[in-house]
Amino acid sequence: MQRIYIYKQFERFWHWTQAILVLFLAMTGFEVHDSIHLFGYENAVVYHRIAAWMLLGLIVFSIFWHVTTGEWRQYIPSFSKLSAQIRYYTIGMFKGEAHPTHKTARNKLNPLQAVTYLGFKLVMAPLIVVTGMVYMFYRTIDANDMVVVSEIPLAWIAWLHTFGAYLLMMFVVIHVYMTTTGSTPLSNIKAMLTGYEELEPVDENSIIKNKEAHEA
Amino acid sequence: MKKVILPAALLLVLLILAVHLFHRPELPNLSHLQLQQQFSVKPVASVDHTQFEQLQKAFATPQDVTEACIDCHNERHKEVMASSHWNWERISYVEGRGIERMGKQNVINNFCIGTSSNEQSCAKCHIGFGMSNNLFDFNNARNVDCMVCHDHSEAYIKGTSAAGYPDRSVNLSQVAQSVGRPGNINCGACHFSGGGGNNVKHGDLEMALLEADRSVDVHMAANGINMTCVDCHEAENHKMKGTLYSVSSTHVNRLQCSDCHSTTPHNDRMLDVHTGKIACQTCHIPEYAKVNATKMAWRWSEAGHLKDGEPYSVMDSMGREVYLSIKGSFEWASNVKPEYVWFNGHATHYILGDEVDTIPLQVNRLLGAANDRDSKIYPVKVHRGDQIYDPNTKMLIQPKLWSDAKGDSAFWQDLDWHEAATAGMLEVGLPYSGEYEFIPTEMYWPVNHMVSPKAESLSCAECHTRDNGRLAGLTDFYLPGRDRHAGIDILGKLMIFGALIGVMIHAMARFIMAIRNKEIESEDINY
Ligand code: HEM
Repeated sequence: MQRIYIYKQFERFWHWTQAILVLFLAMTGFEVHDSIHLFGYENAVVYHRIAAWMLLGLIVFSIFWHVTTGEWRQYIPSFSKLSAQIRYYTIGMFKGEAHPTHKTARNKLNPLQAVTYLGFKLVMAPLIVVTGMVYMFYRTIDANDMVVVSEIPLAWIAWLHTFGAYLLMMFVVIHVYMTTTGSTPLSNIKAMLTGYEELEPVDENSIIKNKEAHEA
Repeated sequence: MKKVILPAALLLVLLILAVHLFHRPELPNLSHLQLQQQFSVKPVASVDHTQFEQLQKAFATPQDVTEACIDCHNERHKEVMASSHWNWERISYVEGRGIERMGKQNVINNFCIGTSSNEQSCAKCHIGFGMSNNLFDFNNARNVDCMVCHDHSEAYIKGTSAAGYPDRSVNLSQVAQSVGRPGNINCGACHFSGGGGNNVKHGDLEMALLEADRSVDVHMAANGINMTCVDCHEAENHKMKGTLYSVSSTHVNRLQCSDCHSTTPHNDRMLDVHTGKIACQTCHIPEYAKVNATKMAWRWSEAGHLKDGEPYSVMDSMGREVYLSIKGSFEWASNVKPEYVWFNGHATHYILGDEVDTIPLQVNRLLGAANDRDSKIYPVKVHRGDQIYDPNTKMLIQPKLWSDAKGDSAFWQDLDWHEAATAGMLEVGLPYSGEYEFIPTEMYWPVNHMVSPKAESLSCAECHTRDNGRLAGLTDFYLPGRDRHAGIDILGKLMIFGALIGVMIHAMARFIMAIRNKEIESEDINY
């Protein structure tokens, strides 16, 4: 075992801020939805809107970071080991088998994670962000000559946004649980906090070679 | 650990930023302060009518007073005679009807039904003298009653069933010398007591406004800005600003809150955005009839009962009339939450002779819908009751109610519906088949007065709530907090709880397997 620096500073900052914002957005959003009562409706609306802008800012930053650092490549899923990964979570891990993939600084997402997070970034986040923005700027034509988004019924926008929120909450539940499947139940969370994780030292080149061989 | 410090610091900065955003100190509302300044200066009369010799004499008839007024104000009577206060009708274009003359002469209301054949009594609230029947001469300037609106002595009162003439006790000379800008009591004399008593009709216009505090009405509060009716209902050239949809039908000459307050008065974008679809009154008048009760229902069908062969009346525990043989039964209520409707400023009315097309019949119908760009949500008092109706002609019946003597077919004297219907319909020139029954009726009164202090206006959750919100009745649009897609909500909950249960099972399996694997290992060692 070796202490390896795996999550960079920005990544950790981004991850935890996003986590807090999403939870806060869920709390305030479901208050707007009148499912829960925490802050009072009026505050919930104001907080939801402020947090939404903060999340948008964060998303812009993280896109910039991912593009400039090339880290976006982490999310390219490799389908070759996807089934092995699924087999591990459904069968292998109960038998005490080892992880079928190796986590390294350059390849820190296992295939299932990569697919899931890609889905998060390409489906869930855009769904909730886009519908949220339309919701925010939704005005029917009115006497005040406000911005007009009256062609799409507000109900549809709200339904999609709510659906996105439920989807995101489901993701959070599974995601939090999956963090406990590391070498110890808390090792993944610790890694995301400190940046370091105890990992099996692996020759990264060999892994990449392996991967290429597999895909060929 | 050092590595955690920077993200933590950044997070803190964001948090501080957020706190700063959440706690924006309330800015002074400059436009509001400006209005307060403007209306705290009260108008002062520019002349003193006691000084005029023309008025320092005994007047034999009220018409002589009018002549004295016209002597100096020699064009004003024309303005008055063009007003609906005088004509009791307006000419307006009504969708589906065309150009109509509409007013008290032909529109039905849900209280004393109509003025036709009852003018002698109803004219107590006409700004004229001598309207004793439907032959009143609307072109005779001598009959304009200047005093009823302009008297400042508070000594001028109209006689009961005197065709609009003042009570015999009134000292006309005193009144003539005390005239000025109409005060609240002048307007209130009629507008507070429509329907035969204080606050009976409107619910938001009543005597209590003469000495209100801010919680009753922020505008008219004696301990507040103390505005008068005509401060808002400006009457330049005797053309009153503002219309009430009990008799008006079109979106003209309307008085709006925004005339003074603008459509973005809140210093809060979220609230200002609401003004596009929500009338100010909706949030700012959470209740009406805040002091004295108003009539919510009037059932004519129950009129005519006798006790020991005599007409009688019943009071409730609060001293309010709930039954009167000549009128039927009533329901009263105070501190009433309004009902809410989409309204675009246009209304239609049941006009005498119309065929009844819906039951209950709306004697006035406020038009509007969620998808109509000119509609906003308004608070209304809905007055419900029943009225006499001819099932063969399908018309409401205008009964003759009032007379000063028995045997004149008047219901209030003889308690005979058939006679009253025959006489009333004859007078308005409409057929009556001889058969009558009663049908339920409704009347819609937009609530505009008794604006509450800011702190008492509606909170968001009064409407944005799942069940029993204020707008529970208006279902033709998506209201966040109230509405949802039931399917998505169920699916969503299934997804979340499904995921929770799924991970719990998975965790349990891991746990059990871990123990078993260990056992196997330990067994291995034992062997
Ligand atoms: C950039 C992201 C987001 C934006 C711009 C946004 C915007 C909005 C807006 C404008 C509303 C309507 C209430 C209001 O006017 O304030 C709303 C409602 C809501 N939001 Fe968001 N939101 C965002 C993210 C989220 C997230 C991440 C969640 C939950 C995980 C969420 C959950 C909800 C829910 C449940 C509602 C109530 C929908 C309804 O009942 O109509 N939102 N959002």
